[in-house]
Amino acid sequence: MIRVILPHHLRTLAQVRGEVGLDLEGPATQRSVLDALEARYPMLRGTIRDQVTLQRRPFLRFFACEEDLSHEPPDAPLPDAVASGAEPFVVLGAIAGG
Amino acid sequence: MSQVRVLVGTRKGAFILTADGKRQQWDVSGPHFAGWEMYHLKGSPVDPNRIYASQTSGWYGQIIQRSDDGGKTWIQPGTPPGEPPAPGPPKAASNKFVYDTSAETGKPLTTHQFYDGTQHPWEFKRVWHLEPSLTDPDTVYAGIEDAAIFRSTDGGENWHELPGLRGHGTGPKWQPGAGGMCLHTIILDPSSRTPETQRMWIAISAAGAFRTDDGGKTWEPINRGLYSQYIPNPTAEIGHCVHHIAMNPKRPGVLFMQKHWHVMRSDDAGDNWTKISGNLPTDFGFVIDVHAHEPETIYVVPIKSDGEHFVHEGKLRVYRSRTGGNEWEALTKGLPQSNCYVNVLRDAMAVDSLDKCGIYFGTTGGQVYVSGDAGDCWAPIVRDLPGVLSVEVQTLP
Repeated sequence: MIRVILPHHLRTLAQVRGEVGLDLEGPATQRSVLDALEARYPMLRGTIRDQVTLQRRPFLRFFACEEDLSHEPPDAPLPDAVASGAEPFVVLGAIAGG
Repeated sequence: MSQVRVLVGTRKGAFILTADGKRQQWDVSGPHFAGWEMYHLKGSPVDPNRIYASQTSGWYGQIIQRSDDGGKTWIQPGTPPGEPPAPGPPKAASNKFVYDTSAETGKPLTTHQFYDGTQHPWEFKRVWHLEPSLTDPDTVYAGIEDAAIFRSTDGGENWHELPGLRGHGTGPKWQPGAGGMCLHTIILDPSSRTPETQRMWIAISAAGAFRTDDGGKTWEPINRGLYSQYIPNPTAEIGHCVHHIAMNPKRPGVLFMQKHWHVMRSDDAGDNWTKISGNLPTDFGFVIDVHAHEPETIYVVPIKSDGEHFVHEGKLRVYRSRTGGNEWEALTKGLPQSNCYVNVLRDAMAVDSLDKCGIYFGTTGGQVYVSGDAGDCWAPIVRDLPGVLSVEVQTLP
């Protein structure tokens, strides 16, 4: 199971508490994780990725295992620790403005 | 006894303020959608308990919310009634605003003018204004940034652009104002008899005012008489930074405009504009509104200048003209008259339709004021909200 940590506002929007657990059928990549997340919580469509281009929104970043994965290709495999559920995939809002 | 419900959008959530017709004792509900920018909330004239809201964020994008019980509960349109939050609205179509690039437009636009004069792609950023239909609670218009008008006919679940506006010819010359290239004003003509002949006026910063007489299929610029010293041709057909337009629905076609600088009026549905700034201490500002029962009584809140977006001389003064402009009186009773440096943004003034017309406005300092006597005396409903982006009022039986 993939563990995903969402920022506060998106947890509120999706009405979830704590981490989200997702079961993936194929390899764990940014795209497959976000596809599964949006399939389970459609209200998150457009909030992390643009609905049309599927590009990451500019003020959001992706982290895992203390690494910034924001600029990795969307189909690149995520670290084994994320795929195994040992470490979470973190969606983080930039600390800018307020 | 009648009631009023004031819908307040702020930089950090929405608030709903309710009172009876005396407008003295207020209940405050909120924050709704805490932490999000609530650009605009507006109720349907047909079904007042149906309220549409624009919830937005520079981080997380655009969400449309709808209430069918007067703001007690909210859903993203498309969510089945009574369903748990997941699975949620089908594919979150209610959040999806996609510019029309079909052949229907004849010449799909791909760019507009940017601040530096170069061409720039159209990019959806947020919904500034929601205007529910006067006849159908499921139909609502959205004014968006980058400037375009969208319509939903299914209660906000799906949105489609009215592409004739961007496609009518001047679109590539539109450019953003300081707040972005936003379509912020939508006015529906109540005398239009069918959706196909619905007359509408819209305004864009900084392109100007536009009108359709066929339900949004075709549009024309209506900026004759505007003079803007800050553009290369001060009397150009487009390029004017119109801040807001107001109309008394009992007198369609008589329009009042607060432009970047200058207060204007038109008596011919926008074909021609004349300046009515008269004795105002400054004619820069954002809001303008019209008394519900006296169509020649109008209100503005002058702001010091384009470089200093706060009220003049540290005094919060609403100016009222009972003569349709040119002759203005300062309304100060109950408003701070020293050390006040707030602004009142373009959608942050509204009027109710009670016998003694109530006037409401919100400030960037988080105060929402009410006058229950057409502006003679003012009192704060709330003093310490986040900065106010919009104020609308519903008069309820």
